[in-house]
Amino acid sequence: MSFTVSIQTQDFDVSHELADLRAGNARVGAVCSFLGTVRERNDGSSVASMELEHYPGMTEKSIAAMMDEAQKRFDIYAARVIHRVGLLQPEDQIVMVAVTSAHRGESFKACEFLMDYLKTQAPFWKKEVTPEGARWVDARVSDDQALARWGIAATNTLVK
Amino acid sequence: MSMTYTVNLKYFASIREAIGQGGESVATHAATLKDLRDELIARGGAYAEVLAHGRAVRMALNQDLCDESATLSAGCEVAFFPPVTGG
Repeated sequence: MSFTVSIQTQDFDVSHELADLRAGNARVGAVCSFLGTVRERNDGSSVASMELEHYPGMTEKSIAAMMDEAQKRFDIYAARVIHRVGLLQPEDQIVMVAVTSAHRGESFKACEFLMDYLKTQAPFWKKEVTPEGARWVDARVSDDQALARWGIAATNTLVK
Repeated sequence: MSMTYTVNLKYFASIREAIGQGGESVATHAATLKDLRDELIARGGAYAEVLAHGRAVRMALNQDLCDESATLSAGCEVAFFPPVTGG
């Protein structure tokens, strides 16, 4: 039973990660994963590259706490989150969330829960390079709304 | 009479760019994060602009997300940043 998070510049191999995550646990019947990748278009502009900044220390701590919460809510065996930082190009992998459980319902839900939580509370910031210049990506209200579905008040985009 | 103590500040993303540095140590009397934010706003310039009340500024105390009511302590770490956009 392992719950791990890695923040890194290096790319990762999803099939290796899934194999490692479920290895040695024959009670696993379901493995669910999400992969986030860099799009070439965002908010009406084409994106040449994207730089991901983060808060070292807090990123790992906050995601570990999210995984603790996922373990409380869902009957899961293990989970892994990998989030890249630094300079990325369109089609590059950004983030992977993977979860194992006995049956599919729990890992589907836990995977979505972790992504919704990460999107609104993990301290990363994206800056994209477009033909019009470099700009910081805006947070989305829809992400706060996604987290609210799980009964967590999201205040990422709140103005006060 | 309020004590003066050191707080270690960190800034990220557009707030970091506007202020021109990723962090600094300050000596402060501030009891809460709101008091500290007000002290920084009082410096004027980029501080006043990016930390203004009415802007979406997120905060962390000792690497836990918090709001302005959070109580400071000597040597604590405070971070100001824009809404997060990871994932």
